[in-house]
Amino acid sequence: MSATESEVVSHRGSLRRHPGRLALVVLGGGGAALLILLPLGAVFYFALHEGWAVYARHLADPSTRHAIWLTLLAAAVAVPVNTVFGVTAAWAVAKFQFPGRRLLISLIELPLSIPPLVIGVAYLFVFGMQGLFGPWLMEHDIRLVFSVPAILIITTIVTTPFIFREVLPLMQSQGTQEEQAAITLGASGWKTFWHVTLPNIKWALFYGVSLCFARCLGEFGSVAVVSGAIRDETNTMTLQIELLSNDRVATGAFALASILSSIAVVTMLVKIWIERRGEDAVDTGSEEARN
Amino acid sequence: MKRAKVLPGFGLTLGSTLFFLSLVTLLPLGALVFKTANLSWVELWTYMSDSRAMATYRITVLAASVATAINFVLGLLTAWILVRYDFPGRRLLDAMVDLPFALPTAVAGLALATLTAPQGLIGHLFTPFGIKIAYAFPGIILAMTFTSFPFIVRTVQPVLADLEPHLEEASASLGAGPLTTFRRVILPEILPATLAGLTLAFVRSLGEFGAVVFIAGNLPFKTEITALLIYIRVGEFDYPGAAVLATVVLIFVLLVLIVMNFVQSRLYRRLHA
Repeated sequence: MSATESEVVSHRGSLRRHPGRLALVVLGGGGAALLILLPLGAVFYFALHEGWAVYARHLADPSTRHAIWLTLLAAAVAVPVNTVFGVTAAWAVAKFQFPGRRLLISLIELPLSIPPLVIGVAYLFVFGMQGLFGPWLMEHDIRLVFSVPAILIITTIVTTPFIFREVLPLMQSQGTQEEQAAITLGASGWKTFWHVTLPNIKWALFYGVSLCFARCLGEFGSVAVVSGAIRDETNTMTLQIELLSNDRVATGAFALASILSSIAVVTMLVKIWIERRGEDAVDTGSEEARN
Repeated sequence: MKRAKVLPGFGLTLGSTLFFLSLVTLLPLGALVFKTANLSWVELWTYMSDSRAMATYRITVLAASVATAINFVLGLLTAWILVRYDFPGRRLLDAMVDLPFALPTAVAGLALATLTAPQGLIGHLFTPFGIKIAYAFPGIILAMTFTSFPFIVRTVQPVLADLEPHLEEASASLGAGPLTTFRRVILPEILPATLAGLTLAFVRSLGEFGAVVFIAGNLPFKTEITALLIYIRVGEFDYPGAAVLATVVLIFVLLVLIVMNFVQSRLYRRLHA
């Protein structure tokens, strides 16, 4: 997918004595940089403009701390589940040919195209009072809406495809020869996966896990629907940001936003770092843009 | 000897994938469509064509279209300069492009709203001209533009990088100007990828919620998007209303994806026939 640096550099033009090119670079680069950097800069500026003491006080607020804890809990459930699912599904899809394979890939990646809010509403019709399992759940006194379990489950659902789609292209391009050699030499299936497949995909997997983690923390629409956004109970970090912003505690909202922004920046640094390792583990053209 | 050696684990991995997938995606979406399909035609039509809902469709589709058009120009330009020119900060810009995917949409919405509010750093530049960005329609466009910016860059960039430079040199040596070369030589090559990027950006904008609610002002009939109305219906415990609107969005999104997928594969086949 991505051309490596050396391939591209051969026909990358210099700007010297090309006013037209310079104008394009200033226009495009400037526009893109403004669009991306202004909001990012604003988050840190407004979080810190009253000083570190105020910043720390906002983050130490019990409601905010509870929201951070709850969000981390959701990620602690969703990331491992989706790591196992992503690698399992990628193994089935990448190492075997079967009818309906392409359809299966599209179905797994469906949550990327469907608005998370719609998935949240759909969730209500399975586990809500009016949903398929609603009456049964109520009888057994299990609350899977407007509760902490609801947040854990919906976070898992909306982040399902992220690890899958990072490891799939790599597992596909590497084919099955190495695995077949291992099996022929007498290794068990599990051993083959652990010693042959996993080392090959580890960097893509690592990036997939960081992206999934960042997405878990930042999920908003679906969680807003199923959690009920109950203050101090089912408020995640993003819901707490909205609550603080509505309560006109702008610095508090930005302080919390600065944590999420830092994690987003770190996720991108992870990607750059992996790319610089020279491994073609993560394509430049990947992310959600692949289809 | 001709028998292919088959790796183990096919039944186990495919089975558990299908099971998990049914549980997390197919079951909820099925339940949503089932709920909607259980309503009578009259109820369905009433919920769907309610004047407030109609206004949200118009606002959402219009804002998403404008945002996608802006990203078409800015995204193509960004991909072009990243692939073609050497300039200081190029690698940094390349890395930065993905930020809107990694940044939570709620954070983006909060920051954009604060910047473009009438007293904000950017907003106050427009206030003398009577232009409102935050808490008005342009704010919705801005939020959607931000969250869907990377799609077009990232779909076009690899195709542009793989393009043979001698085609353009040939075109130029035959006397074509840069614009003609772009239109006749480059554009047909990158068209399928561009369409794929536009589709993803448009679909993302249609469903964008987090970034938009912070900046839109959320006035019914003026700056209320469909996703927000769904959220409001859930809050009112009007589940049939929420189900109908969510199904409308779901079906519209799937239709856009299927149609564009078809158009793209036709284009691709014509290009490589």
